[in-house]
Amino acid sequence: MKSLMSGNEAIARGAYEHGVRFASGYPGTPSTEIIETFAVYDGVYAEWSPNEKVALEVGIGAALAGAKVLVTMKHVGVNVAADPLFTVSYTGTNGALVIITADDPSLHSSQNEQDNRNYAKFAKIPMLEPADSQEAKEYIKLAFDISEEFDTPVFFRTTTRVSHSKSVVALEKPKSIGDPTSIQFNTAKYVMVPMNARVRRLEVEKKLQKLKEFADNFSENKIEMNDPEVGIITAGMSYNYAKDIFPDYSYLKLGMVYPMPEKLIRTFASKVKKLYVIEELDPFIEEQVKAMGIHIIGKEVFPYTNEFDPGVIESSLKGEKTRALRLADLAIPPRPPNLCPGCPHRGLFYVLGKLKAFVAGDIGCYTLAFMKPLEGLHSCICMGASIGMAHGMSKALRGKAKGKVVGVIGDSTFIHSGITPLLNMSYNKSDAVIVICDNRTTAMTGMQEHPATGYTLQGEKTKEINFTELAAALGIESVHVIDPYDLKSTRTVLQEELLKSGPSVVISRRACVLFKRREKDERKPLKVNADTCIGCKTCVSLGCPPISWKKFDDEGAMERKKRSKKQKGVAFIDDSLCTGCTVCQQVCKVGAIIER
Amino acid sequence: MRANKDIKSILFAGVGGQGILRASDIVCLVMMEAGMDTKKSEVHGMAQRGGCVTSHVRYGRKVYSPIAKKGVVDILVSFEKLETLRYLDFLTPQSTIIVNEKEIYPPSVNLGDAQYPGNIFETIKNIFHLVKVVNASDCAVKAGDIRTENTALLGVLSSYLQIDLSLWEKVIRKSFPEKTIAANLKAFHMGRMS
Ligand SMILES: Cc1ncc(C[n+]2csc(CCOP(=O)(O)OP(=O)(O)O)c2C)c(N)n1
Repeated sequence: MKSLMSGNEAIARGAYEHGVRFASGYPGTPSTEIIETFAVYDGVYAEWSPNEKVALEVGIGAALAGAKVLVTMKHVGVNVAADPLFTVSYTGTNGALVIITADDPSLHSSQNEQDNRNYAKFAKIPMLEPADSQEAKEYIKLAFDISEEFDTPVFFRTTTRVSHSKSVVALEKPKSIGDPTSIQFNTAKYVMVPMNARVRRLEVEKKLQKLKEFADNFSENKIEMNDPEVGIITAGMSYNYAKDIFPDYSYLKLGMVYPMPEKLIRTFASKVKKLYVIEELDPFIEEQVKAMGIHIIGKEVFPYTNEFDPGVIESSLKGEKTRALRLADLAIPPRPPNLCPGCPHRGLFYVLGKLKAFVAGDIGCYTLAFMKPLEGLHSCICMGASIGMAHGMSKALRGKAKGKVVGVIGDSTFIHSGITPLLNMSYNKSDAVIVICDNRTTAMTGMQEHPATGYTLQGEKTKEINFTELAAALGIESVHVIDPYDLKSTRTVLQEELLKSGPSVVISRRACVLFKRREKDERKPLKVNADTCIGCKTCVSLGCPPISWKKFDDEGAMERKKRSKKQKGVAFIDDSLCTGCTVCQQVCKVGAIIER
Repeated sequence: MRANKDIKSILFAGVGGQGILRASDIVCLVMMEAGMDTKKSEVHGMAQRGGCVTSHVRYGRKVYSPIAKKGVVDILVSFEKLETLRYLDFLTPQSTIIVNEKEIYPPSVNLGDAQYPGNIFETIKNIFHLVKVVNASDCAVKAGDIRTENTALLGVLSSYLQIDLSLWEKVIRKSFPEKTIAANLKAFHMGRMS
């Protein structure tokens, strides 16, 4: 049977077809749908772990018990999981362990553009890379076979375009492998103290040598001989882009990007006149080919940054710009992503923006509050960074920090990596204020559950972590809960906490407007009374999508009454978008925003 | 050098929340049902939060790239007027444009800092000889469900593609929850006839 699948769906399907029944991960674009797809298959165990390090450790435990395990994360997640990663290549994996790293060239939804092929080399772990959904389904099976055969974790790299493109996939019958698990003691292999690790270290090198030989004969490292004038070495999505433009050149397509098949590369190089390597981001293949003493053209002509597309490949290789239709001088207003209508983050950041404090931010929907018009967030480095940074900044500024340093972190992000730095704040006597924007879900990546939502990945009820009690247990004495729809109390509580000495935590609690378990509230869309509106734009400065401002000379606004000579226009609320959160009503100085 | 000229490309453009991904999924499924190879690509994530959304659909005998390069898109289906302008460099003057009359103001226009461009239809009609302007929300309202705007636009698109009507209907039936199928089919037909 044929099915249209995204790369992520195909990975989950392939793993399931191959008998994999265990998966762990932490959400992150573009990897999230793998676990979500896998979790609904029959007879599987799948979990959202609190972060990637835990997810990998859960996976290692299950693999040592003999299970075949899939662990998923986005590229930066591997940074979080790096500690266990670099040593599990020593211990080996007993059952089987495949780690998905979903990279994001062009930073469509990420804070950096790191090329995780470097992790394969660095951690000495083989890596496969598919080019489309059918390959994703086939390669994930091969990845598990390699893990089993070589007793090693295997990396499986996708990019946003592979994970999120859809293409036709042939489905096969899932196989069942029975229960492969049992307790197996092997301290020499699993206790990585120096004495044992030194021995295992040699094993890793021996394994890599064997994997190199394997790569030379691996079915998915393929030479396609066509026109011998030009040969292209490539892997992943770049292969598709290149084939789209240059179907007649010769190719060496690498299904395994680490370790590389040296003999095969030499053979291919000897058969073609001019040799190119087409790869997004780092010259990973290029440097290794060059180290073999082979002349190859790569980053001399292809960009280091951003994802490729067929046009980039064509113009780089031909050395000329693709001709494209141009419209002379049309000013097209940009359309950046924005917080949703009624988003609870809006009220909080409106208040924070007015406090003139440095807001050390974090990663999630709320990061969007850095933009105009809210401008209520002033840094974003990585998940969890807000708390450590706010503390560090407050300590460095000493007296000058009084009332001026806030850290803001989402609920899922706090669970991911905010607990340890909060403990540090009470331990090291911090004065900073931390706000947890608790919208009851992991909104940015599409509403995943986490330990503080009280539900599992499968939607089963479980223990719900209470942030107030948790903060108290970490030694924070001042903990308050606010409703960000209530601007006045939000401002009052934040101002009070900023002036106190000692660390404090403010929990800004209001469910995401897209949240599935959000209580039904009877809020009605609001409207602007054009007769009272003075056109001051205060409501517009909330940046809420339904609110716009119309100049009097615009059509329709003409007949309206002017409240003063200076007034140039009026505000307007689109009732098809307004959720009735009332935040704009609270900022309106003249009471012009009313119920419909 | 023979590029893959037998591949057709459709580009969908609009604003997060307009049902673009569902619409492009349907086209891809129809092409698959019609026995062709097909691929599609879009970017999720940040784009969902009211930003621009695009989706490429490609089909033919053997499709490699899920995204089209600039200057090869055959049909642009634009769910929002202004968004049409952002992607004109993917087209040639021979391309077809299907454009929804809907206007959704970007933040800078809401703030009064920028103007929503006027004369959009005139501008594009001067360059492209086939521009089809559609009032999709009108179709959707008449079909009885405002959320069927995207299906109405698919109806318009279907009238430019030589694919059996029964395949469209079959895929639409499979793509929506039971209680909205009738409205979606109605919107589709209204778009197709418009
Ligand atoms: C190490 C790492 N893992 C995953 C991600 C992807 N990611 C970005 S924000 C986010 C969670 C956001 O949830 P939350 O903190 O609850 O904020 P919300 O989006 O709900 O406002 C995730 C998982 C990341 N950027 N870095």
